[in-house]
Amino acid sequence: MAMLEINDIHTYYGNIHALKGISLTVEEGEIVTLIGANGAGKTTTLRTISGLLTPREGSISYLGNDITGVPAHDLVYQRMAMVPEGRGVFAKLTVQENLEMGAYSRNDKEGIARDFERVFELFPRLKERRKQVAGTLSGGEQQMLATGRAMMTSPRLLMLDEPSMGLAPVLVDAVFDAIVEINKEGTTILLVEQNALMALSIANRGYVLQTGQIVLHDDAAALKQNEMVQKAYLGMD
Amino acid sequence: MFNTLQEKFPLIQKFALLGGIVAIYLTAVGVVITFSLRNLIGTFVSLGHVFLVLGAVGAGVLIAQQFKDEDDASTYVAGFLTGAMSSVSLILFNIVVQLFVVQASEEGVFHLREMFVNFSPDSLAFLTFGQGFLFGNVLLFFLFGLMGLLGVSFIRLPEKIRRGWINGLIWVFSVGLFSENVSQVIRELFKYSGTSFNKILFTQKALNPVAAIVLFALTFAFGYMGIKTATSQKWAAMPVEKQKTGRIVITVMAVIFVAALPWLVGLFLSQALFIIGMYVMMGLGLNIVVGYAGLLDLGYVAFFAFGAYTMGILTTTGVLGRSDLNFWTALPFAMLVGVLWGVLLGFPVLRMRGDYLAIVTLGFGEIIRILALSNWLAPLGGGAQGVLHIPQPEFFGLSMNSPQAMYYLVVLGAVLAAFVTIRLRDSRLGRQWMAMREDEDVAEAMGINLVQTKLLAFSIGAAFSALAGSIFAARLGNIFPHSFNILISINALALIIVGGLGSIPGVVVGAIILIGLPEMLREFAEYRLLMYGILLIIMMIVKPDGFMPEARRRQEIKDEKDFLTEQAAKSEG
Repeated sequence: MAMLEINDIHTYYGNIHALKGISLTVEEGEIVTLIGANGAGKTTTLRTISGLLTPREGSISYLGNDITGVPAHDLVYQRMAMVPEGRGVFAKLTVQENLEMGAYSRNDKEGIARDFERVFELFPRLKERRKQVAGTLSGGEQQMLATGRAMMTSPRLLMLDEPSMGLAPVLVDAVFDAIVEINKEGTTILLVEQNALMALSIANRGYVLQTGQIVLHDDAAALKQNEMVQKAYLGMD
Repeated sequence: MFNTLQEKFPLIQKFALLGGIVAIYLTAVGVVITFSLRNLIGTFVSLGHVFLVLGAVGAGVLIAQQFKDEDDASTYVAGFLTGAMSSVSLILFNIVVQLFVVQASEEGVFHLREMFVNFSPDSLAFLTFGQGFLFGNVLLFFLFGLMGLLGVSFIRLPEKIRRGWINGLIWVFSVGLFSENVSQVIRELFKYSGTSFNKILFTQKALNPVAAIVLFALTFAFGYMGIKTATSQKWAAMPVEKQKTGRIVITVMAVIFVAALPWLVGLFLSQALFIIGMYVMMGLGLNIVVGYAGLLDLGYVAFFAFGAYTMGILTTTGVLGRSDLNFWTALPFAMLVGVLWGVLLGFPVLRMRGDYLAIVTLGFGEIIRILALSNWLAPLGGGAQGVLHIPQPEFFGLSMNSPQAMYYLVVLGAVLAAFVTIRLRDSRLGRQWMAMREDEDVAEAMGINLVQTKLLAFSIGAAFSALAGSIFAARLGNIFPHSFNILISINALALIIVGGLGSIPGVVVGAIILIGLPEMLREFAEYRLLMYGILLIIMMIVKPDGFMPEARRRQEIKDEKDFLTEQAAKSEG
């Protein structure tokens, strides 16, 4: 049974039909990526899964439970974490406090201490800056912090929304290396990216979204060779 | 020197113009002439004089900052020039008044004063120091030059002298301004010998000139020797054990001081202290809603009104009475009503953020006031007649009918509010609020229940406001709908911003500045809002984090500065 199974969901913003029947699955241990142009519905899909939006039709099941309509703050306790678009760090809290907020849902002191170490291993930059206010970090450091904070919830499924957005190429590499590292340690990843090439090079499978519908689904390697994908998203002729 | 001055002359012109605009504005709106009634030193220096020269002094300060790298002589000359030139606007003012008001005949076609009330012979006489038109204006010119020098001196004097100089001036100004209150305290402290002591110190409700000089000399010496810095250095050098006992001693002294305060300052100021305390309570409550949870609430007065009306209706001996509860037994109900309405207001605005929330809460506050005024609710709350005959609280059979007794009640309430606020801030709930303030989506993604968190902020804030409201009702004995206008919300919000958003000592400081000072300067109530506005604008520019910023905000602003300098260094390198 798949870890996350989405069945024909329709999500609306007011009267605007944003998701027109999306179905996808994520297996435990995988990296799955959603690629597509601006406005295709990638972020909406993530927000719907994480409970920030409620679908009008369709169902979502996670670890065998139906989670359709369960609010975001409850899903954290089912070990599903999300790094929102635009990073969304708590700008006025320090790095340390941001990470502590990540562990808000937990009570196991030892586990939290262990995860602190783990996050600092993944992102040594955060350790150097642990006393600094998060709003003054660089874009790349903020992305690291947001990812690290999500890791502090000790998730089984980590969803990332556009982690490469607005970052210098060298930092994009660092962030993606960390994502691969996190996945190796056993966390399943659902990744939304505009940088399709980058996303497909680390993912196992990929879904291509267009105006609220999935138009293509295949192994990442196969998608990379797909003519349509190459033309539309990888900028090749 | 001449070259520097020539080179920087545009700056001098600019600041002189600025100072001139400030001076003519304060004169034309009547601040200067009204405040000239409040003497500071003898009958020579009044608060009006201070406002008159404010622009020139400010211009001097600005010039000194711009002349940082220049030599002393040219800086002082520049300061004098700036100050003197800023008097030009006032000299023009004098000429206009002389021509169109003083010399204009009765049948004159053009009556300036019909439009500008303060273009009056009185103003002219004040601005020329009663020395006649010609000599008076020359005097004004040179005086403003000296004031420019004064402004420069605040920046330019050698450190020790500068410290003494500023210290002395501040002391003389404050004691002069509050001479009535100071003499009251001296009278209470020393009884009969105090009265004769006061006769030496004060004349005409102002400092005696000789006493002013002595006071200045003393405080100058204190500043010069740097008593304050020396003490703080000694304190830092003390072992931790000693610091601990020292802290206890200071706390005990502070408690004694707060307890003795109403007996020292007399009845009128006790009333002012009571009002300050009430606003501290409200400010602490609003601080939770705005400072911690980041929900901009402009209808905070509504909860104050609920507290007051609940207390009034439950305890009144008049026709509206619904029960025979007394103050203490009605208090929990008043707070409970506040909490319930906090939740009720909270529900519809759960999905609103920022500006939208502010507008809705603003409307809510007005609705409550209009409902209280309406005939429809008159059987319950008395409509425009309000609730009368609310008994004062009793304490073991003693009626607390003096401002002093009520002061203690309000201090108790404020201490309780501060304690609860501190404990909440450091709790899980406090963290929830701060996370929500920063980013609602992320907070939710971290497992924070936003509905619960928001409603708790609204209802706890409302409880403190209701507490303040019920004490207010019991103190006044009767309440009317128009006591609960929007100005109370604005006051509460302004005081936490001026004090420093999120900071608890800041609330106290803000309340003293924004509520206490206007109470002490009652005779100038008509300029209250003007001063308010000016103070808020200056605060936002000069000290955007408030007088006593929360430790976190201080850190944040420091980091931001470090960040900016780092960036600047990078872009240069």
